[in-house]
Amino acid sequence: MSLKYEDVIAKYEPVLGLEVHVELGTASKMFCGCNTIFGAEPNTQTCPVCLGLPGALPVVNEKAIEYTIMIGLALNCSIAPFSRFARKNYFYPDMPKNFQTSQYDEPICVNGFLDVEIDSNEGIKKFRVEVERVHMEEDTGKSLHVGGATGRIHGADYSLLDYNRAGIPLVEIVTKIVPGTGKYAPEVARAYVAELRDILRSLNVSDVKMEQGSLRCDANVSLRLIGSDVLGTRSETKNVNSLRSVERAVRGEMIRHAELLNKGERVVQETRHFQEDTGLTRSGRSKEQAEDYRYFPEPDLVPIVPDATWIETMRAALPEKPSIHRKRLQEAWAVPDKEMASMINADVLEIVEATVILGADPTKARGWWLGEIARIANEKEVAATDLPITPKDVAEIVALVATGDLTDKLARQVIEAVIAGEGRPSEVIEKRGIKVVSDDGALMAAIKKAISTQPDVAEKVRGGNVPAAGALIGAVMKETKGQADAAKVRELLLKHLGQ
Amino acid sequence: MIIKRNAADMAAALANGETTSVALTQAHLDRIAEVDKDVHAFLYVDTEGALAQAALADQKRAAGKKLSPLAGIPLALKDVMVQKGIPTTCGSKMLEGWRPPYDSTVVSKLRAADVVILGKTNMDEFAMGSSTENSAYGPTHNPWDLSRIPGGSGGGSSASLAAFEAPLAIGTDTGGSIRQPAAVTGTVGVKPTYGGVSRYGLVAFSSSLDQAGPCGRTVLDTALLHETIAGHDPKDSTSINATVPAIVIAAKNGNVKGLKIGVIKELQGEGYQAGVLNRFNESLELLAGLGAEIIEVSCSYFEYALAAYYLIAPSECSSNLARFDAMRYGIRVGDKSGVSAEEVMNLTREVGFGREVKRRIILGTYALSSGYYDAYYGSAQKVRTLIKQDFDNAFTKTDVLVSPTAPTTAFKIGEKADDPIAMYLNDIATIPVNMAGICGMSLPSGLADEDNLPAGFQIMAPAMKDDRLYNVGAALESALLSKWGAPILSHVSGLGARA
Repeated sequence: MSLKYEDVIAKYEPVLGLEVHVELGTASKMFCGCNTIFGAEPNTQTCPVCLGLPGALPVVNEKAIEYTIMIGLALNCSIAPFSRFARKNYFYPDMPKNFQTSQYDEPICVNGFLDVEIDSNEGIKKFRVEVERVHMEEDTGKSLHVGGATGRIHGADYSLLDYNRAGIPLVEIVTKIVPGTGKYAPEVARAYVAELRDILRSLNVSDVKMEQGSLRCDANVSLRLIGSDVLGTRSETKNVNSLRSVERAVRGEMIRHAELLNKGERVVQETRHFQEDTGLTRSGRSKEQAEDYRYFPEPDLVPIVPDATWIETMRAALPEKPSIHRKRLQEAWAVPDKEMASMINADVLEIVEATVILGADPTKARGWWLGEIARIANEKEVAATDLPITPKDVAEIVALVATGDLTDKLARQVIEAVIAGEGRPSEVIEKRGIKVVSDDGALMAAIKKAISTQPDVAEKVRGGNVPAAGALIGAVMKETKGQADAAKVRELLLKHLGQ
Repeated sequence: MIIKRNAADMAAALANGETTSVALTQAHLDRIAEVDKDVHAFLYVDTEGALAQAALADQKRAAGKKLSPLAGIPLALKDVMVQKGIPTTCGSKMLEGWRPPYDSTVVSKLRAADVVILGKTNMDEFAMGSSTENSAYGPTHNPWDLSRIPGGSGGGSSASLAAFEAPLAIGTDTGGSIRQPAAVTGTVGVKPTYGGVSRYGLVAFSSSLDQAGPCGRTVLDTALLHETIAGHDPKDSTSINATVPAIVIAAKNGNVKGLKIGVIKELQGEGYQAGVLNRFNESLELLAGLGAEIIEVSCSYFEYALAAYYLIAPSECSSNLARFDAMRYGIRVGDKSGVSAEEVMNLTREVGFGREVKRRIILGTYALSSGYYDAYYGSAQKVRTLIKQDFDNAFTKTDVLVSPTAPTTAFKIGEKADDPIAMYLNDIATIPVNMAGICGMSLPSGLADEDNLPAGFQIMAPAMKDDRLYNVGAALESALLSKWGAPILSHVSGLGARA
């Protein structure tokens, strides 16, 4: 029923903008000394400051400033010689002070860019995403609405508030409108978030876990008629919890907008909530009436005036850019572009690298992570990297295959068992009694048994019908509980039958 | 009677064993029990806690420990300053029943100095007012004439000194809330340099203007208290990291010979009570007689100070008071099934805040609104800069500046209650000091001819030159005392049993 994507892009040009919130991995909060451990008992990581108790005052976490400047530098931003915090005023029960200490017209980093690549039918395409600003702010608490059907505040019986997250340092990275993405807007959005995530990871400033909310993406999308310079109304999609969802959300919104516009209806300016199960968005808060946050400079904090030498020290200490790192890996591993793109796309590059560092052959390591492991991940609908199998496990398996102690087929069994929680590869092999049957005598016995139970088939093979040997090989494999090397069985069998 | 002595004399009496802190504290508690039903300086008297602190001070003294100059001396704490476990209401219904879980830095310093905290003093709600009539718990009465106001917002603190309920008190001064009450009660009060005393634990009204400070009956007592509470606090980002000026030494010095004293042209004349101006001019003559050079200076932008103040202070207050939302502490109104959090917030704020507080929240919300920000908040900040420049210029020619503290003596309770502008004009001479972040003192200059009520003399000095206030104040105080033959507060009569 819904409009085809090709029809959308034939008529409209997408206008894309992205806002990414990153929880910094500092040990303490933005303005107080409270811990920032994820998943702690509710309200155990709070103090007068992050609870906004009367009289309490904020003190800036210097580490958070350092991390933010590092992010700005990695994104090719200018670092403001003078910047300030501002109060963003609005009421919400999970916001202890009913204002968020943020930055407004004087952010700490401005005017950067990030180059991203996407792998398209037309080959690798490059896009430059310009970064408007990088600024610091504090996170809010969390509300849990109990009762009611939707889990939303309306219709709930009561709400529980957890202020552990209140005051965790957040960095907001806002892009300018990304021009000229055309039909690639969804892929560009994804590639940008992926690249940004890799950069943040390489800087070691955040654990960038989208599913835990330490990296959150808001995708702003609008459409305009091709050839027109009139911008459409945008929607702002939140709750996008994975790279795949970023792409789906942008594509979905483009289609939704186009359907509305084609029917002559208008797009409502609002936040939308992405729903993982359907890939669709549902309506959130209206932004038709611009909310007035009454920003003003935070009088409880002094301006940030970073020392120029300090900035240069940080610039000099920046790690290798992920894009450069990838090129280096690609060369070292001699991986074709397409294969490299698959790894990036499947988000396994880092884990493959870890496996290689542990001694595995790059091609084999890549093969397992992109093959059997990716297949299981797909089945379970989780990321390959979230399965309970480690680079160490895979490196061990690769080594066992290389020495002939495992066949590929047995290795797959081991991988499955490790993921099923049966233990490390060596434990699985021992417990299951897995071993390659390579003893020619044992194999010949099984072959002879197979021939004696299926003499007609054996006769066909003797007569030159080689493909018929499959049934006999199958029987041998069954007899040896799959522990034989099928190629070896085939070789011995055919030889025995004079072929 | 020991309660009528100065704090410095009480300290001497403790040191030489004439009395004990427990006896001294009990004497003050008795006095409170005797007269506070008429004065209503206190919102909460911590009898048990005070006696325990006093006993501890006595123990330390008996054990021969080195003690601070004010060890064992009782003090009254303005109810805007949090003290762990002791009710803190800020004179508002909103915070009824709230017992803070932490100590303000001022309280920590007082504890460290073994000062005995008698209880919490009445104030205009959230420090908004000049008469203490805006307290949700009823007005405080001026010990000089119970039908009159004791000034505000710190009327409870000033009245407690004038009524001999406490020899020392803590106040806070956003636009004159220490100095104007001191002026109309014949006591001494100092607004330290902004950042000179920590604001941590001071419930914020207007963060960029609020400053806690000492109140006493003499310049030396005030200096002793000032030195006890001053100094850098890492918990307050706006606290100045520099050595505290030698305040007590200055208060003991009191030498104005060769000093240049500037009289601000704009802070006299129309609107000032003749008797107040007479006492002011006599004081100038005394200072001239002591060898000071009296110069007239002009601060032309002071004309706009009041208007600018009533944009900045309400703007900041609209944000600072947003946290009073019934979610975490204080009263909660209308919390029953079917009533939303937002409605509970509304109902609570409707009941919890008084008229003046609401007036200022509305004013500030308006001034910060988009489209009005530049015209109101922005312009007010510019005026603030110009006022600072006025002071800077004036201080190039002078060591200190002087003016009457308040234009009139204490007015009748109810007299200006329905006329906010008339009320705001009380602070016309004190507000510029807060706007510029400098320091100011008020000390009694005598009784006005018209009504025999105390008039205040204000001294202003550049930032971090608080010692100059004490030097000049001590000189004037001593000259006036010679002239009067007895301290001004010896004229307070008709309160309790005759001492």
